[in-house]
Amino acid sequence: MTYAIEAEGLVKIYPARRGSSEVRALDGVDLVVPEGTVLGLLGPNGAGKTTTVRILATLLRPDGGSARVAGFDVVKQAQDVRRAIGLSGQYAAVDENLTGWENLYMFGRLYEMPKARAKARAEELLEQFNLTDAGGRTVKTYSGGMRRRLDLAGALTGQPHLLFLDEPTTGLDPRSRLGMWEVIRDLVRQGTTLLLTTQYLEEADELADTIAVVDTGKIIAKGTADELKAQVGGERIEVVVKDRALLDQARQVLGGQAGSEVEVDEHTRRLIASSSGGAQQLVEVVQAMGEAGIAIDDVALRRPTLDDVFLTLTGHHTADENVEESA
Amino acid sequence: MSALQTGPLSDSMVIMWRNLKRIPRIPELAIFAILQSIMFVLLFAYVFGGAIPLPDGGDYKEFLMPGIFAQTIAFASATTAVGMADDMGKGLIDRFRSLPMARSAVLSGRTVADTIYQAGILVVLMLAGLVVGWRVNNGLAAFLLAVVLLLAFAHVMSWLGIWIGLSVPNTEAAQQLTFVTIFPLTFISNVFVPPAALPAILQPIAEWNPVSTLTAATRELFGNPNPYVGDGFPSQYPILVTIGWMIVLLAIFAPLAIRKYRDASK
Repeated sequence: MTYAIEAEGLVKIYPARRGSSEVRALDGVDLVVPEGTVLGLLGPNGAGKTTTVRILATLLRPDGGSARVAGFDVVKQAQDVRRAIGLSGQYAAVDENLTGWENLYMFGRLYEMPKARAKARAEELLEQFNLTDAGGRTVKTYSGGMRRRLDLAGALTGQPHLLFLDEPTTGLDPRSRLGMWEVIRDLVRQGTTLLLTTQYLEEADELADTIAVVDTGKIIAKGTADELKAQVGGERIEVVVKDRALLDQARQVLGGQAGSEVEVDEHTRRLIASSSGGAQQLVEVVQAMGEAGIAIDDVALRRPTLDDVFLTLTGHHTADENVEESA
Repeated sequence: MSALQTGPLSDSMVIMWRNLKRIPRIPELAIFAILQSIMFVLLFAYVFGGAIPLPDGGDYKEFLMPGIFAQTIAFASATTAVGMADDMGKGLIDRFRSLPMARSAVLSGRTVADTIYQAGILVVLMLAGLVVGWRVNNGLAAFLLAVVLLLAFAHVMSWLGIWIGLSVPNTEAAQQLTFVTIFPLTFISNVFVPPAALPAILQPIAEWNPVSTLTAATRELFGNPNPYVGDGFPSQYPILVTIGWMIVLLAIFAPLAIRKYRDASK
């Protein structure tokens, strides 16, 4: 199997600054991404996702380890790597004082295309991303979703086989997010290899073949979305009881129904149990609570979130992270 | 594929094209740059100028205008610094650095575009100068040499601006930092008053200051009043010293700017 990305033991250290000590942003990251597949890097802010992408896209030099992208060494053959990749970052990196067309034409020229080819490519991309009508307007007038699409179009100018998308939907409204997913799926269907970072388990689930969970500069778990979810125990049922005095009784009822360990939060009167029985089991839990005379304030069937994955894998919530993403 | 259609020179031209395209799209930048300089012209020509006698007589407005040109040109660094900090903050520098383009092009395209922009501003200021009574008295060749000196100086200041723009966290800091660096230079100088009128302790600074030597050089070339501090070398050979300054400043700030760019990361 050929690998689009092979990284071994990547280390990145940001030197100590005023008020903060040295940060080991990456602490030995190993990655392989086979050609034509999608890898999702999943993790909270500051985990090291962006740093990983920046090293693989030749924007940062690693302090340790090595990486080959499209067969080229990211340090020694950086210019060859750049010819092979497209990068679209967290911020729409387009010139807002140029028109959409001008941005794409500029990127085409900088991807070593002659003028005529760059012009044709700009038109193609505007059409592909549904921006033809807006192509003559300055980007200032674009909506957030349009800017992201233009940014992605810019990353595709050189027709790369390998694409890096750093949190492609962060900050987008739900509709634009779905639109973006559709565009990304299209690219993958056409055979583009993709490395995607995201804070959303749902997004990784939707788009990635393999997910690598990143925390404090290390990859702490790797697998398909289903494998990760299995690790955190699939869906869970949450019940909030009305009367704190009945918490213990409720715990027994819920535990009996779900057949799993029940997590109890006295303060919020909340009970959480892993569940494999779906909505039907939820109904049964509600009935059993009613029969036992336990009044319920709230009840829900919840899919595992990134926070659950983290809690299970690391024992702490994602929000515990206070290391800043010093990209 | 034509050889000129791709490569470092072409990349540089593309970046220059991009920077020039932006100018009319953000007209307020050019307008405020010009208005600031014209405000200084009006303030000194009509408010303070009457109280500033020139040692050998001569017309204060003719004395003032080359100083205003030099001051404006010195502030070229602010334009570049703010532009670079903006590109950095918006992630455009990251994008450029991820492209297979010549690394030098982002900087050379920017500095050349900013120099062309300063040339435009200079034309407007010269017309304004003619309106208030500034005159060119030494013929075309000397005039053109003065313009070349001013624009070459603008180009050098642009490299300083790149270094500043890439060293600060945002556009506001870029603006402030260039302001506090350049403003004292333009005041402890011969721009607004004859250097002899400055406190003795400041006179050597005013004499060697590159803004002063540029001002003195252009006054000489335009044939405008040019009161000297004394027999110091910069007063005797302002053109030579200005060229020397440009070489020194370029030799310091261009490598610093290039190194900053190479390691730049948002």
